Amino acid sequence: MAKKFLSGNEAFAYGVRLARPQVISAYPITPQTIVVEKLSEFVEDGSLKAEFIHVESEHSALSCAMGASSVGARAFTATSSQGLLYMAECLPYAAGGRFPVVMMNANRSTALPWNIYGDQRDSISQLDSGWIQAYAENAQEALDLALMSFYIAEHKKVSTPFMANLDGFVLTHTYEVADVPTQEQADEFLPSFETENKMSLTSPKNLAFSAGPDTNTFFKYKEHIGLLNVKEAVAEAEKRFAEIFGRQYSGLTESYKTDDAEYILITLGSISGLVREVVDKLRNEGKKAGLLRLRYIRPFPNEEIADALKNAKAAAVLEKDISFGNEGTVYSNVNSALHKAGISIPTSNYIGGLGGKNISAEEIEYIFSDLTRKKSEVKFLGIGGEDSGS
Amino acid sequence: MKPFLRENIPTDLEEIPDAPAYEAGYLVTKNAGWRNVRPVIDPLKCTVCLNCYLHCPDGVIFRKDGRVEIDYDFCKGCGICKKICRLGAIEMEAEKNG
Repeated sequence: MAKKFLSGNEAFAYGVRLARPQVISAYPITPQTIVVEKLSEFVEDGSLKAEFIHVESEHSALSCAMGASSVGARAFTATSSQGLLYMAECLPYAAGGRFPVVMMNANRSTALPWNIYGDQRDSISQLDSGWIQAYAENAQEALDLALMSFYIAEHKKVSTPFMANLDGFVLTHTYEVADVPTQEQADEFLPSFETENKMSLTSPKNLAFSAGPDTNTFFKYKEHIGLLNVKEAVAEAEKRFAEIFGRQYSGLTESYKTDDAEYILITLGSISGLVREVVDKLRNEGKKAGLLRLRYIRPFPNEEIADALKNAKAAAVLEKDISFGNEGTVYSNVNSALHKAGISIPTSNYIGGLGGKNISAEEIEYIFSDLTRKKSEVKFLGIGGEDSGS
Repeated sequence: MKPFLRENIPTDLEEIPDAPAYEAGYLVTKNAGWRNVRPVIDPLKCTVCLNCYLHCPDGVIFRKDGRVEIDYDFCKGCGICKKICRLGAIEMEAEKNG
């Protein structure tokens, strides 16, 4: 293991190299570019033996990765924002075909107005595509997630593509010290990719065929079960990861001081670090605040959320997303989890960080104080809500 | 579990593969209904050169017991085999029931 000073993109690239993908197909887009550049350097200097395919678009990038996966190769691609939307047609294709491609998405706003900065509207808009979706908080987690994503995606009971999300710029472009495991450790952790779902001369198959109204639901149900099995695969991967690398992750969510918390803020991605600091400050002031970080939102951690919030007085969902005409999608999902568990507490939605707008510690403190009103509401940070008065 | 499902549409989850990938013949949807005309081979003219087999876009032409046969469950009636046959051994006949 070696310590390196890495940006989120670079850390992810190091993680991907350790996973030894055989094919990388990608098209550059800000703020994803560096992960692809770094990987092309690794291929150039011989430290990664992979076929690096420059494609003409993101639609082709994922099509190409799917093609590679369909001959049994481990495939990686990366994109962001408009690129993700441009490859949108291929997303359910890869998921329905059960091709465990891994993709890094650098979370970035979607046009118009044109904007290259980070928010999570790009990936959250694709929640229904059948992909696993995880959100990293820092460079170390990005690197570790890169390695674990292949294990989870390729898990026999999962066989589902994996989208690892890194907040654009805030995480992709900021530098931190990260441990880079050795190749020997990585090889011990990650077995080579084996699948029956491939073109083969010894066992020829029809691949990616049609299924009409009579059988289609069976396939979609199996796809759904594959995603639900991710929870088990994540637990298995993280246990194995901890044994080999000594870093323990916490499954689909990460709880911070939620056990006795009265007010809990739920969020995802890099903003969690700042929320944790605010929680500590409020705790020092005697206020029972807590953080629940969603590490995965597909599959959605329904049980973990219900468990963390069962004794809370109110909860907030802070997200860099808005489903126009309704509310933040993570908020909708959280409310559904609570409703199904029979938990009836006020929940409010705070939409922030759109187009890369900074979310300050003061705003997070405001969210916690706002929760004491015990009222459900949707608010845009810095603008207000329907009757927020802010 | 073996692919025989041309006549047997699975009604059980256990019969369905996890991914849409399986040996040929599994979970197929017959498309004979697309056909207005069907190719019919005259065995007296046919020399089993298999040119039609090479050109059939659906792979429904095969050799059996020294003769060329057509799998009518999956022939769409495109007529490429008739066009490609240099011996004029294939004729397209109207489907009686449309």
